[in-house]
Amino acid sequence: MIVWFTTVQVAVAVIAGVLCIVLGFAGRKPSDLSLGAVALVELLLIVQSIVAIVAPATGNEPVGNMLEFYTYLVSALILPIAAAFWALVDRSRWSTVVLGTAALAIAVMVYRMQEIWTTPVG
Amino acid sequence: MIKNTGTARAAAGTAEVHPARISGVGRVLVAVYGVLALAATGRSFVQIVGRYSEAPVAYTLSALAAVVYIVATIALIRSGSGWYLVAWITISFEMLGVLVVGLLSIVDPQLFPDDTVWSVFGRGYLFIPLVLPILGLWWLAKHRPTRGATA
Repeated sequence: MIVWFTTVQVAVAVIAGVLCIVLGFAGRKPSDLSLGAVALVELLLIVQSIVAIVAPATGNEPVGNMLEFYTYLVSALILPIAAAFWALVDRSRWSTVVLGTAALAIAVMVYRMQEIWTTPVG
Repeated sequence: MIKNTGTARAAAGTAEVHPARISGVGRVLVAVYGVLALAATGRSFVQIVGRYSEAPVAYTLSALAAVVYIVATIALIRSGSGWYLVAWITISFEMLGVLVVGLLSIVDPQLFPDDTVWSVFGRGYLFIPLVLPILGLWWLAKHRPTRGATA
């Protein structure tokens, strides 16, 4: 993983999460803004997947448990898709809050992925 | 998709005749349950595939916890008094699990050499495993199934 890219991902996910939760509690149904914010989080995760696959070949070797790392990555990739699907089926303001919840969960997961990548298996 | 929009909105306005148990803010509860089910499943997958022989009992408990979270999530979504009972049982089990394992992991850390979702009352998961069953039980107590609302 790349530290600055992790920081960007966590920051974007937190902003997207807070934005969606605020919009949701303000009574907004899922919109281009809230879905777009979560789509951006997903896009960054896809870039992260490529980074994770390519990084070891460029000297950025992970030292942690890669099974755990990829379980987090795959789970994180699924979350925005599930939340967006939910938002399209159930067009209520609570779906916007659900989108935000997913984004905040991803922020924590990406932070954990950075930890796992850099913490030697003990 | 568009069709669902109409029914979902109509249902939200008339929660009493709505067959689904969860409406309004309760849907966020279901979503958080879903995320926790995913987290618990992910953790037990890593533990069992990666190092099952180290602590088979603890890791089997992890897997059981994951299954219970999944069943609880489904039970919250589904309507009918049967599912209502399933929701009570699974969420009570979680409440008990987080309290017992949480306490034991502090009193006798050697019992749980590796973290589970419930260790130290779910500290590794921002204490969500402790708060969620309380909210879940509260929600269930406030929303008993109405007669004839079985689907």
